[in-house]
Amino acid sequence: MDAADTTPVASVGGLVEPFYGVRQAGIATEPQAHGSFVALTLRAGTDRAALGRWLRLLTDDAARLTQGRPALADTEAELGLLPARLTVTFGFGPGLYRAGGVDDRRPASVTDLPSFRIDRLQPAWSGGDLLLQICADDAITVAHAQRVLIKDSRPFATVRWVQQGFRRSPGVEPGGHTQRNLFGQLDGTANPQPGAPMDSAVFVADGPAWLRDSTTLVLRRISMNLETWDLLGRTDRELAVGRRLATGAPLTGTAERDEPDFAATGPDGLTVIPDFSHMTRAHVTDDRLKILRRPYNYDGAPTAEGHADSGLIFASYQADITDQFLPIQRRLADRDLLNEWTTPIGSAVFAVPPGCQPGGWIGEQVLG
Amino acid sequence: MRTTSPFGSRRRSAVVLATAAVLVAVGAGGCASSDSSSTAQPSPSASASAAAGVVTIRDPWVKAADKGMTAAFGTLVNDGDTDVTLTSAATSVSPMELHEMTMKDGKMVMQQKQGGIVIKAKSTHALEPGGDHLMLMDLTKPVQAGDELTFTLTFADGKTQQFTAVAKPFTGAQETYAPGHGEPMPGMSATPGMTMTPAS
Repeated sequence: MDAADTTPVASVGGLVEPFYGVRQAGIATEPQAHGSFVALTLRAGTDRAALGRWLRLLTDDAARLTQGRPALADTEAELGLLPARLTVTFGFGPGLYRAGGVDDRRPASVTDLPSFRIDRLQPAWSGGDLLLQICADDAITVAHAQRVLIKDSRPFATVRWVQQGFRRSPGVEPGGHTQRNLFGQLDGTANPQPGAPMDSAVFVADGPAWLRDSTTLVLRRISMNLETWDLLGRTDRELAVGRRLATGAPLTGTAERDEPDFAATGPDGLTVIPDFSHMTRAHVTDDRLKILRRPYNYDGAPTAEGHADSGLIFASYQADITDQFLPIQRRLADRDLLNEWTTPIGSAVFAVPPGCQPGGWIGEQVLG
Repeated sequence: MRTTSPFGSRRRSAVVLATAAVLVAVGAGGCASSDSSSTAQPSPSASASAAAGVVTIRDPWVKAADKGMTAAFGTLVNDGDTDVTLTSAATSVSPMELHEMTMKDGKMVMQQKQGGIVIKAKSTHALEPGGDHLMLMDLTKPVQAGDELTFTLTFADGKTQQFTAVAKPFTGAQETYAPGHGEPMPGMSATPGMTMTPAS
């Protein structure tokens, strides 16, 4: 049976994710195969009124393109017809609140992260006043949406950085599977489960209109050193993470979702799961304190010597950065064996304001 | 339906010559006073609206510009059983004309649309870059990206209809701006804070 027999025509391209809603799309949405993260820096003079004009334009672009309709004045209208589950998610950096004179509406935890000793942050991958997270199951759809949104942004902002990444393509494995990163590890096992657990971890349940149903995004570019990772044997790799590579099961279990037994000891008297393993350091039991990891892999061009430029665009969604992300990050920075092979080289934080209804615009609760 | 196909069939530069009509037409038609602005308050959605009227205006937009000329576009939809003829358009920030692009002596030129724009019964008529458009001849104030402009259309039977169009940053439609010397005019479409070079 060849591919033409098994892949229904346009089974992927025509799929639509809703745009309008109380919460923005692209967060609880099953991650799409391709993601582009575009950070913009406001031009001098982009004030509250200009921010409103800009976000109305971008909201309209997103509302159309995500539903498979070309943007207004779309110069490549044919590229707007296959949404492939396109979502556009808007994040506001601290600078946007200052420029708009609405710093009193900035969620308190949306501020520069403290520096960690493992950080090797590069300005080229850090900061930003507005973030556009553009995700779809097709790379051309993402490219077109990015082009449209950037063109409508040029009077208001400059492009600070763009990070593009990928996951497994649709149809490659059944939906809902935890995906692998370029270390070969299952990445995201500990995410809160969709539904109430995820909602309580990710979205603010109450408060004023600009806060309720909002969330926050920490975006970290994590370089993964495949060259030194190659020096490890399989056993050492599994000890570093605390999980089996094949199944993602904790070293004390047999299935991915098995609860790890951190107290279990082996014949040598040591704990089966090392205290320095990534899983141990990142472990959180209270759903409300978990983070939603929605990462994308990146894979740049290798050097002339064949050394990889690979890593993770680590996107972490949580209701509150201080309460949820930072405790985990501190434990990892302090003592996670995986730090030997991973290096944060970029970092940015954004508030992700609530969604909007038809006729409204993203950011209206903050800037309106 | 497409009104003109100026660039599709011939290998020809998109640089376009304008007729003298462009140069002499400022002040013609129903231009309003320069002080009454319609650009101020954007409506809740950047997707501009068109109230029920003689025709429906689908997806209207206007090219943002600091000064000089610019143009408004959209699709005119006539759901009625009789043809209608658009004879003029007006907005508070500029005198306006109805324009078409046409091939004359092997060159694309912009000229006033004689007899107005006819929207046939049960059909649509596209106003688009490179085709028919509503020309703003001389802005009295900048049209900033994201602004909404109110336009009034007047038809041959005397009926009028208003619609609003959002201003989009748009670097195309250069033919609208060439003043007739056969050379591109970089910078004439400048939007606030923007140059013709794609932003870094």
